[in-house]
Amino acid sequence: MARRAFTHLVLMLGAAVMLAPFVIMLSISLKPPGEVFAPQFALLPTQWHAVENYTAAFTKVPLARFLLNGFFVTLCIFAAQALTALPMAYALAKLRWRGRETAFALVVLALLIPPQVPAIPLYIGLWQLGLLNTYAAIILPSTISVFGIFLMRQFFRTVPDDLIAAARMDGLSEWAIVWRIMLPTAAPAIAAFACLSFIWNWNEFFWPLIAVQEEHLMTPPLGIAFFSNAEAGTSFGPLMAAATVVTAPLALAFLLAQRAFISGVTMTGVK
Amino acid sequence: MAEAKGTLGPRRAEALAGTLLALPAFILMWLMLLGPAVAVGLLSLTDWNFGEPQIRFAGLENYAEMWGDRVFWISLRNTVIYVGVSVPATVLLGLLAAIAIESVGPLKGFYRAAYFLPVASTLLAMALVWEFMFHPSVGFVNQVFRALGLPTADWLQNPDTALFALAAIGVWQNLGLAMVLFMAGLKAIPPDLYEALAMDGADGAWERFRRVTWPMLGPALVFVVAITAIRSFQVFDTVQVLTEGGPSKSTEVLLFTMVQQGFTFLRSAYGAAITMVFLLLTLAITLAQTVLLDRRAHYG
Amino acid sequence: MQKSFGPTPVLRGVTLEVVEGEFLAILGASGCGKSTLLRILAGLETADAGEVWIGDRRVDALPPKARDLAMVFQSYALYPYMTVGQNIALPLEMRRLSALQRLPWLGRLWSGPQRRAIAADVAAVAAPLGLAPLLARKPAQLSGGQRQRVALARAMVRSPAAFLMDEPLSNLDARLRAEARAEIVALTRRLGVTTLYVTHDQGEAMAMADRVAVMQAGRVLQLAPPQELYDEPTSLDVARFIGSPPMNALPAHVGEDGAVMVGDVRLPWLSPARGLVTLGVRPEGWVPASQGIPATVTLIEHLGAETLCHLEGGAVLRLAPDMARGMVAGQALRLAVRKAVLFGADGQRLPLQAALREIALG
Repeated sequence: MARRAFTHLVLMLGAAVMLAPFVIMLSISLKPPGEVFAPQFALLPTQWHAVENYTAAFTKVPLARFLLNGFFVTLCIFAAQALTALPMAYALAKLRWRGRETAFALVVLALLIPPQVPAIPLYIGLWQLGLLNTYAAIILPSTISVFGIFLMRQFFRTVPDDLIAAARMDGLSEWAIVWRIMLPTAAPAIAAFACLSFIWNWNEFFWPLIAVQEEHLMTPPLGIAFFSNAEAGTSFGPLMAAATVVTAPLALAFLLAQRAFISGVTMTGVK
Repeated sequence: MAEAKGTLGPRRAEALAGTLLALPAFILMWLMLLGPAVAVGLLSLTDWNFGEPQIRFAGLENYAEMWGDRVFWISLRNTVIYVGVSVPATVLLGLLAAIAIESVGPLKGFYRAAYFLPVASTLLAMALVWEFMFHPSVGFVNQVFRALGLPTADWLQNPDTALFALAAIGVWQNLGLAMVLFMAGLKAIPPDLYEALAMDGADGAWERFRRVTWPMLGPALVFVVAITAIRSFQVFDTVQVLTEGGPSKSTEVLLFTMVQQGFTFLRSAYGAAITMVFLLLTLAITLAQTVLLDRRAHYG
Repeated sequence: MQKSFGPTPVLRGVTLEVVEGEFLAILGASGCGKSTLLRILAGLETADAGEVWIGDRRVDALPPKARDLAMVFQSYALYPYMTVGQNIALPLEMRRLSALQRLPWLGRLWSGPQRRAIAADVAAVAAPLGLAPLLARKPAQLSGGQRQRVALARAMVRSPAAFLMDEPLSNLDARLRAEARAEIVALTRRLGVTTLYVTHDQGEAMAMADRVAVMQAGRVLQLAPPQELYDEPTSLDVARFIGSPPMNALPAHVGEDGAVMVGDVRLPWLSPARGLVTLGVRPEGWVPASQGIPATVTLIEHLGAETLCHLEGGAVLRLAPDMARGMVAGQALRLAVRKAVLFGADGQRLPLQAALREIALG
């Protein structure tokens, strides 16, 4: 009993450390400038400044625009990833064709390449196409997810062959089998893949930083870095309000779909 | 007798469908990943700077320059220190958290969510919060340290501490990932092993850990170390927004140097050479992981 | 319908002609190629050589959907995320709705009448199978027997040219299997649809089929109605495969005068063959008598309707219970053979003449 109480104590302390930045972020976002730099930290402000801070966050920089950009970019990326990865995963898992083994070996190889490695050639290529500083520049490099292909292939292999045979007898084309049979059967895996894709691309900072300079194209991480630079550490209240707004969609999605998020991240271990 | 002409047999139709379904992803994979990765290798052997009309084969000149470049060596050293500090801390704390959380009954869901939340949050926004927390006078860290009677510092502006402050943020961010991977590994341990151990007379927490958990967790451990190491090598966001490599190059890391050279100074070829070093280090980790897991597999 | 194959490892030269409207069982041990044969017919596999005809249409090159066949799988292959009703409706949707009408969500806007017709057809198929109250359930919420009926309904709903069934009963327990057996036979009779039924269970094949094709190692050994298969097997392999307990294979020889001998007992038959042969006797094909082949009882099984006497050397004698009364293990018997078939050293059937029965008896 005592041991269990001790474990809880340690875990609670740990949880406090893990959650401290979130608590502080929320707390500061509610405080007026005077209280931010108070020598003694207080959780709640004595004088509420929430409206002013959040208004400032949305007016000093086009924060709403950043958020919209973020949703647009992540949505496009996931759509492209699913549209290309699912058919290939199905072809790798269930169809017999010449070159299948080679193609799969290349997927595994591509899996080993960190996403920052292709950056310089991609930048040069997009520059030559005149696509730098466009949504396309942010989206295109992420349209392929070899991780998604790999994950879905592993999952599709567990779908019984008879189910596919039955679908063929019922008159479905191979293309229709991907979307009408494999997709719903693999729904949990796809949910996990969607969560991962959302986490990665919402948070992605490295590539957008390189590909985009213009304010109206910035994704949330880029936008908030831009905000932080512009204010140079003076107005913490509005900055924390902006950070809260940027973090909120992911954190809320995580709290709502915890299982899918965690299983998705765990699936990075399916190798 | 109506003979079906112009259609393929099922076998050939299947082969055709397989090729067609794989084709879009296959092309994209070459365009966005494999092709550029090869191009980086080739580019690193030229002298090309971004925007120049001329390109010349330069052999290993970039690598020779790198060998003599003080900043590169600082960058490499900092990266290795960063990885060397944050990986053991992340793995150890993640393992402890996983075992502790699995062993408590109530509040399990809350703990798991709390420890995992940083993984699912926007690192860049949280980095700015950490910047505030590391603030020398009003920062939360110094307030706590002062209350506990520990030495305080201007963590991010002090060359001796800045890299470790960044590593602390890295640990905070990745701990939850290591934890859920370990939890998955723990779930895969058959409970009758613990029961057998109890029948054999060993049922203390330490015995359980030493005789069953640790050996059974081996493959998961290797995997968690590898994935944390690969993620740590990719440290960039916090450096870019919090320290920009400073103070006095104390937080200069590989990806930051690469971006500086390749995109700020537009030295594409030199940036490509740094990218190659970065790629090789990452591949080395994967290779080490494969070898270790193989050995274990033969061993087990 | 006619088909043949060139040499393949699984199937070596199979020719099978199925009469329209008949129930043909393909019987064989696992790995004999019977499922491969069915999958080639369905268009799920390609034959290395040979032709598949349905009616007067050659279908080798057609994809499964164009062959107008329906299949019931061993695992049923029900779409787990669709309701029973959606499972049954899918083949109809694929045939009757255009690609535009099959669009998710939107498609419903311009396919109302067709969808109502499909729903009516689904209901019409589901009702006699007792599936009407289950249409809104998912397969996971059904019992094995119910799933099996859903698979049948999905095959029936589009009235195909033929049913292909791949061991559809092997996932059911014994009692359900007997029920489902009768149900399938009644259904296919009522619909009058040609049915190919693959099974490894000879009881199933014999009980259900109009004709049975016995397969072994990629070949059809014999294609005949069940009773003929039982009484007149053309080879020792078929004889051993059909019947439970299997036919007794007694080592025998044919003397210079053509008389069939087991040991030194002369049997009442003549054969044109000479030398070592095998005499096939069904367990009920011989009876205890005052003279005949000597045998010793090793074990007696009282099965209620019949009694099986196991004999030394592995042979079996089947008796009516009252005839076996008083029989004990260890007892010595003499057995007179009433009915038998003769196989040569190569396992092929040999002719047997009963003309000299009187002489032998006398």
